[in-house]
Amino acid sequence: MFCEKALELVRELHRASEGQLPAFNEDGLRQVLEEMKALYEQNQSDVNEAKSGGRSDLIPTIKFRHCSLLRNRRCAVAYLYDRLLRIRALRWEYGSVLPNALRFHMSAEEMEWFNHYKKSLAIYMRSLGGDEGLDITQDMKPPKSLYIEVRCLKDYGEFEVDDGTSVLLKKNSQHFLPRWKCEQLIRQGILEHVLS
Amino acid sequence: MTEELDLTAQDSDAGSEEVVLTPAELIEKLEQAWMNEKFAPDLLESKPEIIECVMEQLDHMEENLKRAKKGDLKVSIHRMEMERIRYVLSSYLRCRLMKIEKFFPHILEKEKTRHEGDPSSLSPEEFAFAKEYMTNTETYLKNVALKHMPPNLQKVDLLRSVPKPDLDSYVFLRVKERQENILVEPETDEQRDYVIDLEEGSQHLIRYKTIAPLVASGAVQLI
Repeated sequence: MFCEKALELVRELHRASEGQLPAFNEDGLRQVLEEMKALYEQNQSDVNEAKSGGRSDLIPTIKFRHCSLLRNRRCAVAYLYDRLLRIRALRWEYGSVLPNALRFHMSAEEMEWFNHYKKSLAIYMRSLGGDEGLDITQDMKPPKSLYIEVRCLKDYGEFEVDDGTSVLLKKNSQHFLPRWKCEQLIRQGILEHVLS
Repeated sequence: MTEELDLTAQDSDAGSEEVVLTPAELIEKLEQAWMNEKFAPDLLESKPEIIECVMEQLDHMEENLKRAKKGDLKVSIHRMEMERIRYVLSSYLRCRLMKIEKFFPHILEKEKTRHEGDPSSLSPEEFAFAKEYMTNTETYLKNVALKHMPPNLQKVDLLRSVPKPDLDSYVFLRVKERQENILVEPETDEQRDYVIDLEEGSQHLIRYKTIAPLVASGAVQLI
């Protein structure tokens, strides 16, 4: 039956739970486009026959193929657009650099879309005022406490805390520090917020 | 830290009145804008003055804290306050961006057909972001699929394919200024339209479309 492959693409995404990005089904998309080409060509010749040969009995078939073409397009565009939405969510979840596992699931064009999106977002955030703008991809949850438990991921050295005392940030050491002091280091990947 | 801030409000007859707000009032305005934006199905008017003033306020607080005595208890409390304000501001801006991305063809269309004097729902930066988002997405769809399709199917009307915001969705609100004779349109054919009065301080659950202008004017607060 027509549009089977297109439906399969849609089902593939429907099965993937939110936030998941299955590998880009290049083959599936190609098959949908090929089916569309075939349907269109069949319609072209039938339309000519109907017009010149007076074969008006071909018209229902022509209409049916046209509906299939529209359905194929709708499914294909829905598949692609839904993937873009998932990829957009990745920027908010993981930041600017995506884990390799996810990158392999993206097509080159999707990667390009992602890069443009990242850049657009960065420009917008920088425009928000102050020195560097406002990074709205941070502060995703209301702040609950002043102090947080952090683990050191890399050797950093001496780190001065408010009352003049300093802490030695050595790899794998854990500390209980004021949240605002750590934010910068957490963003740089030197500290990691430990959620118990 | 009780400095007063200038908040320049644009009047619709092209005058500009300066409204001086205390920091507390500014934060209250931010929280109101935040809640309205969260609960409204549509993108609300942009409030660049509030954003600018809040960013300035955060900068002032940071400056003051740098000069404060180390280990002072006030420092911790003000830090906490700064983080809360930053959270509300970020959440507000995120909410707007999400709506812009979700309804981009409709929002851009609305902006295109907007009259000179009417307030915009997009700040200039948001407008640039929305346009880039649209171009990015259109180009992607064209290159990956549409240009490989039969010639008569290569154009997709985004205004028809992308869903519009559901203005009929129900919202909770609290009335700040008394309103009279609000016309409530019927939902089904069996109902007739009727008129209600909104008493100050009362709370209601009502269709967004009915009270949308009241949210914009500040007469009601979405909760």
